[in-house]
Amino acid sequence: MNTVSPIMSVMKRDLLLAFRQKAELLQPLLFFVMVITLFPLGIGPGPDTLQKIGPGVIWVAAILSSLLGMDKLFRDDFNDGSLEQLQLSNISLSWGMFVKVLVHWCVSFLPLLFISPLLALFLNLTTPMYWSLVFTLVLGTPLLSLVGAIAVALTVGLQRGGVLLSLLLLPVFIPLLIFATSAVESAALGLNYLPQIAIIGAMLCFAIAITPFAISYAIRVSHH
Amino acid sequence: MNSKTHLAAKSTANQAMLDNSTITQDNKVLLSAQGISCHKQDRVLFEDISLTVSSGQLIHLLGPNGAGKTSLIRILVGLSSPDSGTVTLSNSTSEPYPLIYLGHKLGLNKHLSSVENLQFWANMHGVVTTTDELYLLLARFNLVGLEDVPSGELSAGQQRRVSLARTQLLPANIWVLDEPYTSLDIQGVTFIQELIDDFVESGGAVLMTSHQPLQSRLPVTDITLEYRL
Repeated sequence: MNTVSPIMSVMKRDLLLAFRQKAELLQPLLFFVMVITLFPLGIGPGPDTLQKIGPGVIWVAAILSSLLGMDKLFRDDFNDGSLEQLQLSNISLSWGMFVKVLVHWCVSFLPLLFISPLLALFLNLTTPMYWSLVFTLVLGTPLLSLVGAIAVALTVGLQRGGVLLSLLLLPVFIPLLIFATSAVESAALGLNYLPQIAIIGAMLCFAIAITPFAISYAIRVSHH
Repeated sequence: MNSKTHLAAKSTANQAMLDNSTITQDNKVLLSAQGISCHKQDRVLFEDISLTVSSGQLIHLLGPNGAGKTSLIRILVGLSSPDSGTVTLSNSTSEPYPLIYLGHKLGLNKHLSSVENLQFWANMHGVVTTTDELYLLLARFNLVGLEDVPSGELSAGQQRRVSLARTQLLPANIWVLDEPYTSLDIQGVTFIQELIDDFVESGGAVLMTSHQPLQSRLPVTDITLEYRL
């Protein structure tokens, strides 16, 4: 007997779909690894240089790889009418959207977190730098997904929303990039990096509280 | 033989009316719209439409392409907001599923099989179904052997059948069907019309659009939207 709750069924379906399209699942991860592997080759293997640019490179690669896959977050469900059915179901659309974004984060960003120790080795990061980078990624990447999802939901009804999506998102991601790289720099200098982490954490809490409503409203507008 | 009530929503009168004379007093109003209007791209699709959908009623929404049938339906089910007016849906606690809407977009993911699509849709509405039940349901819809084929590989008519099979998963009060006969073969149209008639006879209400005349054994209430410039 199947006893899946409505909201869990959304999560189960999205996970099933993500793993059924393995090429799309691997694309952001491969992009991320490729950028970080190519950078030392292009810049030169000086350990000091790599250590200096490392955190910035990892974060920029994470943001760009998120932009790469984010476009597809709601597109298929919007085009085939699944989002309409979700909107008319008993599930709160905000909850539904939150779960979809959560699944997107799990399949797009969680693998990046797992592979980051290897990449830290490529870029000669010290242990404190690595840990501060992990903290910023753990708190910052869900923020990328949540804020990005608002822009995706707004542009999903447009024929060529991809360019607009990038233009909308890049300015929004800049503060996150500044705080994240600043935290890692502080760690490199042996300073306290908790304030930057706390600010990113606060931004994430705010995003968790607000963005599901904004995303569901944007979807309603796109359906209108 | 159908006894049809044909009422045109005249553009000059700016309103569409629905003749409720065929509805008996004990039929419960399931959905009512008061004075709804819709504009799209500087064109008035319809203005000040009031209608009620009661149990035991089969409503056929007619009109040329671009007249606003789909827009009206999307407003009635709650996917769009009217520019003015209100839509009220009866939603008591004893009836958790007020309506089933099947539109132009079928709501089937092309990477999931028919069974998975139906299972997800039922679960999303809090209804528990077993795979065996879904196999039997799909067999009734003439989809034997296609249960586990990804929906994207089915023909347009087969996809439409899977989508329409949803009507049998929930005990809803109203079915709102936008062009349900698109891509269906003759047997499919007859089968779906039978389902619709049975549902209406059992006290449900159906609001549907179709460019074909309905071959229903029940009285059909026609509402015609006119194309307005």
